[in-house]
Amino acid sequence: MSLFKKHNNVLPGFGMTLGFTIFYLSVIVLIPLSALGFRTMGLTWSEFLSTVTAPRVLASYNVTFGAALIAASINAVFGVLVAWVLVRYRFPGRNIVDALVDLPFALPTAVAGITLATIYSSNGWVGRYLEPLGIKVAFTPLGITLAMTFIGLPFVVRTVQPVIEEIEVELEEAAVCLGASRWQTLSRVIFPVLLPSILTGFALSFARGVGEYGSIIFIAGNMPMVSEITPLLIITKLEQFDYEGATAIACVMLLASFLMLLVVNILQKWSRRYAE
Amino acid sequence: MQNKSNSKSTGHTQTEPTVVRWALITTSLVFLALFLALPLAAVFSQAFEKGLSVYLEALKEPDTLSSIKLTLITAAVTVPLNLFFGVTAAWAIAKFSFPAKNLLITMIDLPFSVSPVISGLIYVLIFGLQGWIGPWLQDHDIKVVFAVPGIILATIFVTFPFVARELIPLMEAQGKEEEEAALVLGASGLQTFFLVTLPKIKWGIIYGVILCNARAMGEFGAVSVVSGHIRGMTNTVPLHVEILYNEYNYTAAFAVASLLAFLALVTLVVKTIAEWKVRQALENN
Amino acid sequence: MKYNKIPTIFTALALALTTSTAALAADVTLLNVSYDPTRELYTDFNKSFAAHWKGKTGDTVTIKQSHGGAGKQARAVIDGLEADVVTLALACDIDAIVEKGLIKPGWQKELPHNSSPYTSTIVFLVRKGNPGGIKNWDDLVKPGIAVITPNPKTSGGARWNYLAAWAFAKNLPGGSDVKAKEFVNKLFKNVPVLDSGARGSTNTFVQRGLGDVLLAWENEAFLAINELGPDKFDIVTPPASIMAEPPVTVIDKVVDKRGTRKVAEEYLKYLYTDEGQKIAAKHYYRPINPKIPTKLAQVKKLYTIDKDFGGWQKAQKTHFADGGTFDQIYAPTK
Repeated sequence: MSLFKKHNNVLPGFGMTLGFTIFYLSVIVLIPLSALGFRTMGLTWSEFLSTVTAPRVLASYNVTFGAALIAASINAVFGVLVAWVLVRYRFPGRNIVDALVDLPFALPTAVAGITLATIYSSNGWVGRYLEPLGIKVAFTPLGITLAMTFIGLPFVVRTVQPVIEEIEVELEEAAVCLGASRWQTLSRVIFPVLLPSILTGFALSFARGVGEYGSIIFIAGNMPMVSEITPLLIITKLEQFDYEGATAIACVMLLASFLMLLVVNILQKWSRRYAE
Repeated sequence: MQNKSNSKSTGHTQTEPTVVRWALITTSLVFLALFLALPLAAVFSQAFEKGLSVYLEALKEPDTLSSIKLTLITAAVTVPLNLFFGVTAAWAIAKFSFPAKNLLITMIDLPFSVSPVISGLIYVLIFGLQGWIGPWLQDHDIKVVFAVPGIILATIFVTFPFVARELIPLMEAQGKEEEEAALVLGASGLQTFFLVTLPKIKWGIIYGVILCNARAMGEFGAVSVVSGHIRGMTNTVPLHVEILYNEYNYTAAFAVASLLAFLALVTLVVKTIAEWKVRQALENN
Repeated sequence: MKYNKIPTIFTALALALTTSTAALAADVTLLNVSYDPTRELYTDFNKSFAAHWKGKTGDTVTIKQSHGGAGKQARAVIDGLEADVVTLALACDIDAIVEKGLIKPGWQKELPHNSSPYTSTIVFLVRKGNPGGIKNWDDLVKPGIAVITPNPKTSGGARWNYLAAWAFAKNLPGGSDVKAKEFVNKLFKNVPVLDSGARGSTNTFVQRGLGDVLLAWENEAFLAINELGPDKFDIVTPPASIMAEPPVTVIDKVVDKRGTRKVAEEYLKYLYTDEGQKIAAKHYYRPINPKIPTKLAQVKKLYTIDKDFGGWQKAQKTHFADGGTFDQIYAPTK
């Protein structure tokens, strides 16, 4: 170990800190997650396939991934807007608004779900005005999207915000000097710089939405084939004591999250390279 | 009216016409009002629906108190462990280069995107009676799932990345020249860390701890799977909120929930201060 | 090796916690793992039993309660939640625990009346004045009537709802399994929301103002009315319904390990005493002892799981297992 250290770095503690990191990661995350894989092995390959591709499960992927995609897109648009407004403009109460953005991180998901259902159901604060317009939010796929938007928003704002803060003023000034209009500056100069972080925020928000359970069941309606999310199906399988089926679906979701995160980290690498 | 903290972008920056600017501000404020402020207002309005005395009464109930106690214990164990992990992981990742670093970071991120249902389930699969070491635990009368240790484990899992994720970019940005200088001047490793590194990452640590703590206290899905829901024993505050709600005790449910919302607000205030200090620290650097 | 250490630390911590609370509490503790609608019943009953036990033996007994969806609760017991007794919604949930060897087979013969000390039935909760004019099961399939029920896959109570509707249709003149299936199909087409548990459905109906009728346990309907306003809802007891028998049993493995068999068995037997039956009646369960007065309306015809469906095992398999008649309702039309 000391050889290793001498060649690379004079700082101490590499072996110890990396060792502990890997140990703790294994104990808390990797070994427990591997239990999913082992449990699924109780199924044969064809049983596994038929479980994870049953029509109702497929429909739930559609609902879950579809709603998460829409929610992440809404967040990508409004999150960037919010980040831009927070960084570039000054208005009364800006600090409060800035702080409020993190609320979904801190509010327990069940409370969030109950509250959203309270507000957006047909007798709720907002729902009662939407209902006459023919818009039903609570107990429809729209409600799922709403809940996912709520919990995913901070991810976009908080990844884009620092990048906007770091944008070099010179870049914009140069664009102006070269005769670019404001719109051209935004779309040709600023947007490309922001894009990696927007994609990162989008992916994080998407991954979080796909996994969300606590807030959604209160507002989703949970109708099979229509508004049933994949995590609920996992619970349903468990209720029938079908552990293998539950872990099989869980494995599919886990794989999806892992791929999503890998993409996120590659994007982040790319964005760093771009910034340099 | 111009911005102070972000001195870089003042003055020279070209900006949008006032109308556009206010249109954008209004749009984002309306969006945030609908999605964030309204839910928050709803929690508090329902909590105080029947007046302050009913509110306080709801908080004094013994089961509520024991759920608060359990939540505090959970956070008190979870946060230091994840803090220690976060600091060591950030030290290894930010100050050294080694192969497969990206993979390691991805794995640290993983708990962010694992469904809470799965986060709870994995511990049942291991420590449950039908699980890997459940029978052995049973024989030795050690309870993990459906008891406090299971709740703590699930909470650690869910809040795993927060501190590490906060510190890694910060320490990477700070480089390692100062630490190297300290070592050359004869400081020991620990001295270097406590006297040189720690002051620089102090506010980053606080930011991470705050988010970690908020999530630890607020986690519902994962904890619900491993709790066993024994009244007065294994119910955390979010679980107790659900129970009260399911007992048609709406005012009490929202009263207890408002505690968590209030915690969120306090957290956010402290976090704003921390963020501001971090920015200052980076600028002074 | 790797995962031995950390759990031990936590366990030590947990032991410290549990022992510190236990030392303060009592000589004996029991854990009763139950389903959702029995919260109020057992809060009362536990007090009464603790007094009874103290009078009989001088010991203090503290009963801890855990409530949740019946399936989830059974699963928690299977996965190691150390319940001394379970009081669940369905015999088949207890059978699942038997399968894992925690309870001896034949448990249902241990106590009188199929180990069900009280029964209940399924009634309709409607909005005040019954604007939908709902009197019987066939009113539920009328177009435009919105019916609220939890999901039978995740809620024990909902399975009783489903079977009651099935039995009603099957026993109509000219009824058959095919007709019954059509009937429940039509009924579930009128269901706009499937909550995962009985309490969730009640909240949807009451708090969100959704639906014209809620299918509920009789005791749940009365509780909802008492808690949430008699001026807003009415209970309609249909002429025919199903006899729901929520069973109780001790978990043999646990009571033998903890040495609590005596008190656990006494606890369950106490449910059958006049005192226990009165408490059940007070909470709108139907006592099995006919001498105990009840305020509940007579149901003319009560179907039973054993006579009409050939027992829980069979009913579960035909109707609620993956691909059963319930799943077929939501199967995509080819």
